[in-house]
Amino acid sequence: MKLHRINALIARHLYLYRRSLPRLMEIFYWPFLDLVVWGFITVYLMKFQGQIPGVVTFFLGALILWDVLFRAQQGITISFLEEIWARNLMNLFASPLKPSEFLAATMAISILKVSAVSIVMIVAALLFYDYNIFKMGLSLIPFALNLVVAGWTIGVMTTSLIMRFGQEAEVLAWGMVFLFQPISCVFYPMDVLPVWLRPVAWANPAAHVFEGMRAVVQGAPLPLLHLEWAAGLNVFYLAAMIAWFHHTFNVCKDRGSLVRIGE
Amino acid sequence: MTPIVEVENLTKRFEDFTAVDGISFQIRQGEIFGVLGPNGAGKTTTIQMLLGLVTPTSGSIRMFGLDLETHREQILSQVNFSSTYISMPFALTVEENLRFVARLYGMADIKRRIDDVVKILEMEEFRNKVTRKLSSGQLTRLTLAKAILTEPKILFLDEPTASLDPDIADKIRGVLKEVRRSTGLSILYTSHNMKEMEEMSDRIIFLQRGKIVAQGTAQEIIERFGQQDLEEVFLKLAREK
Repeated sequence: MKLHRINALIARHLYLYRRSLPRLMEIFYWPFLDLVVWGFITVYLMKFQGQIPGVVTFFLGALILWDVLFRAQQGITISFLEEIWARNLMNLFASPLKPSEFLAATMAISILKVSAVSIVMIVAALLFYDYNIFKMGLSLIPFALNLVVAGWTIGVMTTSLIMRFGQEAEVLAWGMVFLFQPISCVFYPMDVLPVWLRPVAWANPAAHVFEGMRAVVQGAPLPLLHLEWAAGLNVFYLAAMIAWFHHTFNVCKDRGSLVRIGE
Repeated sequence: MTPIVEVENLTKRFEDFTAVDGISFQIRQGEIFGVLGPNGAGKTTTIQMLLGLVTPTSGSIRMFGLDLETHREQILSQVNFSSTYISMPFALTVEENLRFVARLYGMADIKRRIDDVVKILEMEEFRNKVTRKLSSGQLTRLTLAKAILTEPKILFLDEPTASLDPDIADKIRGVLKEVRRSTGLSILYTSHNMKEMEEMSDRIIFLQRGKIVAQGTAQEIIERFGQQDLEEVFLKLAREK
């Protein structure tokens, strides 16, 4: 893997933000809007504080962390779509760039996006609702890292599907992550789910993060079991999705569809 | 001397359609190698296989003495291409696009190299323009600029002058010949402009339905088919059933 090729791709995507309002909105406007809407709902729910302990952290914290996962996924998938829209895939893959370097660059871009979006949301939550997510303490770091990796996994999977099925699968870039939201238990505990669905949620790393977050908010020590499950599942799923991406890439090269994506 | 490109029995089948059917050829250092043929003859698929974008069904591709399948990275760092059918990221300026390509290929002294290419292809006036706002001729010059920017040893050019006016097209041909003369660059060239093919190519292969049906210098091919020029040969071969 060559760092200069990964850096080139990162720089190419950063150039896009210099003069593109819609792309800047993706980082600043939409997350901010999310926070405002959910923030007011939370303020309303605070009236029932006695019945739902830690309601602010439950909702605002969960919302910020969910956005970490969502933007991590988008960082990968939208970067790939940008190359399709620019008809640039042929330039990239006829260069020495390896598919693994392409993925590494999109992961780096996703970290930049997640960082920017998180700053916007954390500052807005502090200013509008006097909510400081860092009250969760150091446990926030492993939670957030696991969500980034879970977002990458969904991002790589979605990218493979778009590569395989072409432009008609583009809509998955925005929709795929929400398929996982009900079983991620973002805004409610896992035991709210029907019994038959709980094992499915248990197999979802994001669900362990949100369960863990709720435990910490309620004053429990860092739930290592949930963190271990989340990390283990993340490593397994990400490795599987990267392998599938390489397989799909080779299938597309064999079928000649790699050069026709987006046409 | 080892040829720059060695293609042997190259075949590409897409289900029951054979796009390229057992072709073999070699390209020598410093040679301009023309690939002629009607639409759908297999020219673009051949170039895509040479660029590692399409996997051959059978046959082998060697460049610089190395097998493309096992030495992709080493080979593609010495290769570049330009085509009427590709683009560059529209939201970036010409300079940003060239900078990106130079970094992708790990070039040193990027600014000097971009300055040189911009000067050679007379791109000064639109160097800082956003790519979206370029005319088709300017866009073609940009894709050519990105192709020669990386100082490749072989260049694959798929109808590089198709959207250019005769003046710019002539200048581009001049630039390519000059780059070839000064660097020993090899070029694989496709075009539907027969005069251009006669002027540019040292040797030509004629593809039809994926097979090579004629090869040699332009003059040899013209004499062999008893025609006046390459255009007449093209029409004769393309209309044969």
